[in-house]
Amino acid sequence: MQDFLAQINYNAWVLPALLLLPLAGTVLLVVTGALSNDDGTLEATPSARWIALVVFVLEFVVSMGLWWSYDPAGPRWQATFDHWWIIPWNARLSMGIDGISLMMVLLTTVIMPLAVLGSWTSIRTKVRSYYALMLVLTTGMLGVFVSRDMLLFYVMWEIMLVPMYFIIGIWGGERRIYASLKFFVYTMAGSLLMLVGILYLWNASAVPNMGLGQSFDYDRLLTIAHTHKAALWLFGAFFLAFAVKVPMFPFHTWLPDAHVEAPTAGSVILAAIMLKMGTYGFLRFAIPLFPSAAMTPWVRSTILTLAVIGIIYGALVAMVQPDFKKLVAYSSVSHLGFVMLGIFAVTLQSVQGALVIMISHGISTGALFLLIGMIYERRHTRLIDAYGGIARVVPLFSTFLVIVSLSSIGLPSTNGFVGEFLVLLGSFRTHPFFTFFATTGVIFAAAYLLWAIQRILFNALDKPENEHLTDLNVRELTMMAVLVAGIFWIGIYPQPILRRMEPSAALFVRTVEAGQANVSTASRGTR
Amino acid sequence: MYFDLSIPSQLAGALLPDLILVIGAMLLLLVAVWGRESLAHARLTGLLSIGVSALAFAAVVWLWQSHASANAGIIAVDGFRWATDCIVLAATIIAATLMIDYSEREQLVSAESYVLLLLAAGGMMLLAASRDLIVVFLGIELMSIASYVLCGLDRRSSRGAEAALKYFLLGAFSTGFLLYGIALVYGATGSTDIATIGTVVTGDSFNNPLLLAGIGFLIVGFCFKVAAVPFHMWAPDVYEGAATPITAFMAAAVKAAAFAAFLRVWIEAFPGATSAWIHPLQWLAAITMIGGNVVALQQKSMKRMLAYSSVAHAGYLLVTVVVANSLGASAFLFYLVAYTLATMGAFAVVIALGEPGERNQQIADYAGLWHASPWLASAMAVFMLALLGFPIAGGMGFFAKWYVINAALRAPHPQTVLAVVLVLASVISAGYYLGVVLVMFMKPRAADALVVRPVPTGSFLVIYLSAFTLLLFGVLPNGFVALARDSVPISMVNAPAGPPVTATASP
Repeated sequence: MQDFLAQINYNAWVLPALLLLPLAGTVLLVVTGALSNDDGTLEATPSARWIALVVFVLEFVVSMGLWWSYDPAGPRWQATFDHWWIIPWNARLSMGIDGISLMMVLLTTVIMPLAVLGSWTSIRTKVRSYYALMLVLTTGMLGVFVSRDMLLFYVMWEIMLVPMYFIIGIWGGERRIYASLKFFVYTMAGSLLMLVGILYLWNASAVPNMGLGQSFDYDRLLTIAHTHKAALWLFGAFFLAFAVKVPMFPFHTWLPDAHVEAPTAGSVILAAIMLKMGTYGFLRFAIPLFPSAAMTPWVRSTILTLAVIGIIYGALVAMVQPDFKKLVAYSSVSHLGFVMLGIFAVTLQSVQGALVIMISHGISTGALFLLIGMIYERRHTRLIDAYGGIARVVPLFSTFLVIVSLSSIGLPSTNGFVGEFLVLLGSFRTHPFFTFFATTGVIFAAAYLLWAIQRILFNALDKPENEHLTDLNVRELTMMAVLVAGIFWIGIYPQPILRRMEPSAALFVRTVEAGQANVSTASRGTR
Repeated sequence: MYFDLSIPSQLAGALLPDLILVIGAMLLLLVAVWGRESLAHARLTGLLSIGVSALAFAAVVWLWQSHASANAGIIAVDGFRWATDCIVLAATIIAATLMIDYSEREQLVSAESYVLLLLAAGGMMLLAASRDLIVVFLGIELMSIASYVLCGLDRRSSRGAEAALKYFLLGAFSTGFLLYGIALVYGATGSTDIATIGTVVTGDSFNNPLLLAGIGFLIVGFCFKVAAVPFHMWAPDVYEGAATPITAFMAAAVKAAAFAAFLRVWIEAFPGATSAWIHPLQWLAAITMIGGNVVALQQKSMKRMLAYSSVAHAGYLLVTVVVANSLGASAFLFYLVAYTLATMGAFAVVIALGEPGERNQQIADYAGLWHASPWLASAMAVFMLALLGFPIAGGMGFFAKWYVINAALRAPHPQTVLAVVLVLASVISAGYYLGVVLVMFMKPRAADALVVRPVPTGSFLVIYLSAFTLLLFGVLPNGFVALARDSVPISMVNAPAGPPVTATASP
């Protein structure tokens, strides 16, 4: 495989190709839309969803080469691409992947075709625009994960908001307008301060007496030394942007609204990919750029406290939700709390665990939202109380719901277990106190999901509307089969994934520790 | 090309674009009164006015291209002037184009409006060029008097009459302040030449009450012209009452020209007295950004909303005046390009969707526009996102904000707090810019909504060319960035402005 990839010079073009392919699909959809004169309903434009599916499958196939071409023992950045962009400001189209980006890119390209299949019959109006927006969104998301230029990163980070805003606001549920506006304004408010931070870094990167101008280059920005005060402010600006996205308690209030009101595919993408950008931002930017600020004792303990509050609060609130989609939305707050715990504990195991949770939460929660979408299409309600005993009516659906829920709870041999175990193990070494409370989150997770499953699948079949539900069709089975295969693969044999992520995770830990040590010696020196 | 400004004929050469415009306006006045009053005749006048502006534009570009320079004198011959001229003339061409379509819709026969547009533009170009406070005053007067008349153009409209009267009374009052300011500064420094003033004014200006009062009066006068809070009270009523193309012209060009003079005077005349004016201007910028945006949130009428939005943008531009160096000037020019295109584009959409009698201009009337006219709605969304300063989808708007924030951070007195206020104010503005997008895309089309009429050719070109330009240079702003960087007032060229930006890249 490597030989073949080397033969076609794969590494040189793969990243720009991954970003351009969805854009080409968008152009195709927009052009066909402009040429034809129909009203954009599903019946009038059956080809739109096929175009999207083909593009996304192609995207997946192209991206899979990265799995083999990425060499964990190789240099930090691989498959690099560099091209001029805004010359007077020295901003470049600079991309590359390390082990962390690799997994995020693959997660994105796996989830997107499934998101198209999840919208296959549920999106019936303005179909072309819908899929065109999904394609643009993909470019933005991949762009975030592969950018090595801060300006490019910021542009990609913001540009994702627009398609998601429209997807929620146009094809969403009852309160879609409120939810989409809230989503947009929250995220933008957080990230604009990051823009000021990026600009500050850019100006700070100039070293006139060495003839160096400003630069957005990530590696260059890593080398800048900041005063402790400046580092704290900059970290604060980045923290806000990423904490809103994660979302950390108490910045999470946009999430239940956005997740619940979004159409199925929107929720899947939000949960599986977009939330990961927050934690990715911490791993890639906020902490390595300002390790001294992030590791300041009060900052660190505040964030760990918020993470643990998020774990427990998310679980408790999930427990009392009458709406299954909202339950899953709050469970995300809880899971992402584990990721934050793992990241800020800064041990190799906890960081690796956090990375595994990022992937497995994408798969499990994505699957849960897809299942909710399937049953909603049949029954047009998401209230847990409206169901009961449907395991007898829709056995396939029920099997998948049970498997996916157990993986979300973290049952051994599923993906959820690997990540949470590693996080708890790694964090316990440095922060036993926080880890103790976090562990209760695992128990709560079992409580809210199992209780919900019992009420949906197993209680008495007492509602006549539920007696004639149809079971999953081939399309839906395919989607679930892919995801469940992922669940067990990561659960039983996570080694290939861990191996690819390990150098990057270790580098992260080393960078943070070095930064921390530097600062403590420097501050001792000045005193 | 070199002009010796002490020789009248060479001074005239340096004023070539201005002369083309003003002489063109005079000739056009003859054309306007010559023919029988009819829409067709007015249309012809309008087309001729576009031609005159285009000719002046070409002259500007020619002088710019030939790197014209001059000795110190009452007018400047530098990139800053040419860039401002280009923006003003482009806004004039757009306004005249829109005016032609608008007059046909409203059955408003007024060939003289185009003459007034050209005269106002002449005043603006004079403002952009002035290096003498007397010339500033002449420019302001020429621009303002033409604008007062333009506001009351539609004699059938009582709101137009109200707007004109209000603008005139308050405008005359503020010009008084400006004139007082000029007189006091002259009294304190013995000169009206801003370069000379710049050499006289030094750090201990706090001891000179004449100068302090003069600077204060000048701030009031300029802030009135650019509609900064709290001197903005006239703007919403005037913007709403005036004919929509005139509103667009005032929101873009009048503001641009007044700011250009403001900036030049501040950069060249008063850098020595920074401590005297920096705090008042900081506060003005902050309250303008926040006040304009907060009030815009409440608006129901599209024109009024855009009026308050232009007040908020005056706040963003005031930040560049606070910075008052070459970087501020570059940021100002770049911002102005994006702002002019977005604002005029948005007003063009308002004109395209408006009905006779200035109806169908509430934000609620735009509900479900996407279903009725997807391209128009998309273009409007681009303008809104550009005004919001959003990357890619908002095109140049993002880099414009970015440039201003950067100027604030790199100012000799770093304005980090103002930069933060600026981004927070942008978050507030998301409420109403996105509100328009939301109404157009996410609300259903009302059952009694009017059918969208086909957009007239002129407005069509304005809307889609503006949107296209914004988007194109929002992805690759190289050209405009370099242009803006080099277009600074001549006196600033050799002044240091922070660490240099090296361009290491090669395509």
